[in-house]
Amino acid sequence: MNQQSATREASGRFRAHPILRNIKIRLYNVLSEIGQAFTLFFQTLFQIFRPPLQFDLLVKQLLLIGFNSLAVVMVSGFFTGMVLGVQGYIQLKPYAVEGSVARFVCVSIVKELGPMITAFVLAGRIGASITAELSTMKVTEQIDALEVMGTNPVKYLVVPRFLACSIMLPTLTIFSTFAGIAGGFTAVVTLFDVNGYFFLAEVQKNLFVGSVLISLIKATSFGMAIAAVGCYKGFSIPTAGGAEGVGTATTGSAVISLIAILILDFVLNHILFNILGLV
Amino acid sequence: MISVRDITKSFGEKNVLNGLSLEIPRGETLVIMGRSGSGKSILLKIITGLISADSGEIWFEGTDISKLNTKNMNILRQKIGMLFQSAALFDSMSVAENVAFMLDQHTNYSKQEMRKIVDEKLELVDLEGVQDLRPAELSGGMRKRVGLARALAFNPELILYDEPTTGLDPVTCTEINQLICDLHERLQVTSVVVTHDMHSAFSVATRMAMIHEGKQVAYGTPEEIINIDNPIVQQFVLFGAPDQILNIENPILKEYLGR
Repeated sequence: MNQQSATREASGRFRAHPILRNIKIRLYNVLSEIGQAFTLFFQTLFQIFRPPLQFDLLVKQLLLIGFNSLAVVMVSGFFTGMVLGVQGYIQLKPYAVEGSVARFVCVSIVKELGPMITAFVLAGRIGASITAELSTMKVTEQIDALEVMGTNPVKYLVVPRFLACSIMLPTLTIFSTFAGIAGGFTAVVTLFDVNGYFFLAEVQKNLFVGSVLISLIKATSFGMAIAAVGCYKGFSIPTAGGAEGVGTATTGSAVISLIAILILDFVLNHILFNILGLV
Repeated sequence: MISVRDITKSFGEKNVLNGLSLEIPRGETLVIMGRSGSGKSILLKIITGLISADSGEIWFEGTDISKLNTKNMNILRQKIGMLFQSAALFDSMSVAENVAFMLDQHTNYSKQEMRKIVDEKLELVDLEGVQDLRPAELSGGMRKRVGLARALAFNPELILYDEPTTGLDPVTCTEINQLICDLHERLQVTSVVVTHDMHSAFSVATRMAMIHEGKQVAYGTPEEIINIDNPIVQQFVLFGAPDQILNIENPILKEYLGR
């Protein structure tokens, strides 16, 4: 019997391996963070329905998130559509079904890539900026000042950002989807021998209200996730976190938002297409 | 006015406040001294409800703050003004918007009425013509003054100052100390000043308390504090109090000074 097991036996307790202990601590921290994030999420939902709703703050965030992101979202959508058009045509041509490229572009953009690309752009652009702004306010005691002055920081800071993201994500998705289909049309019609009228007729044939609804449901969910993660990461930084803490929180916000969007996309696909059977 | 009773607060395994009791009488300027990390600022955060104590009670004019719900706490907060260590001005707003923030949030005053109150409060802290500037355009002393004007905007009954002179040059420190004294005289408001700057403490205090290891170790008028026979207090006071108020006949001070 070696000395280590003898000590274990003497103490009458099994001591966990340092790696196991480390995993346990990390797991506890992750679960604790998820719990805190959901608490903030439910507090936000509760505060949305508590009057008064400060429209001036909401309008400011709508402009900041929506109008300022429109160009980048449309450019991203347009080039994604072009890539889809080129790849779709090349992949379908050997099977002599290149005429289906319009359907391929339309369905992919509307159901999947439109909301996804818009959400990715906004996660990097808006989610990170929300975290940077709120965490800076936290370390400079501005959030404490709000509370001391009797203003609920969740109502004043989180609710307008949450609502603006939830409203602007589907709105921007409509624009990026339009840009994506336009990009696919431009690429296919100019680079390959596809008739423009045929392409548009195929798009019209394959564009269903249900598909657009799915796209908007996804976009709204992504918007909520981006705002919730951005606000949580901004609020969770300790006051003594300083500039380093702001940087870490901002990077973390972008990364977690992207992962959350991917997970949410899978879950929504499963629910909408597999369980509810939508087309 | 405020009675702090047996407050404890720990962060992890670190006990910051360890059964602290303190009386803050109406109309007085109480200076709370103590070394860095002694729990002075934590006490202010507990009084304002930013964090909750692990145990104990805080009575504000017959109301136990620790038992208030969020709504009632927010109502009570309207009676409290706080000047933060970093002034905590909102970067995205102008000076006027900062000072008018509470009025905008909790009253139905018109823009003109708010503008009038803002001008009045800025004049009270000797600042004029800065209404449209952004906090980033102000010096450290000016930021503190704007923070103070914001704290005064709702005519509070209690003003809390968290390290009001930290990070300021000696001339500006003196000006801020003078401002605290002037406001106390003119408004007859109860003030709590948390500081480890002894010059500032003795300039503004009508009453002083010292916190050490999470407990109150001294309480009294500045003169009483100077003569307290407690090495911890004397050591703290010795290194910072203005020479003219130090009692050099005090045996502990004599020992330190080698006289």
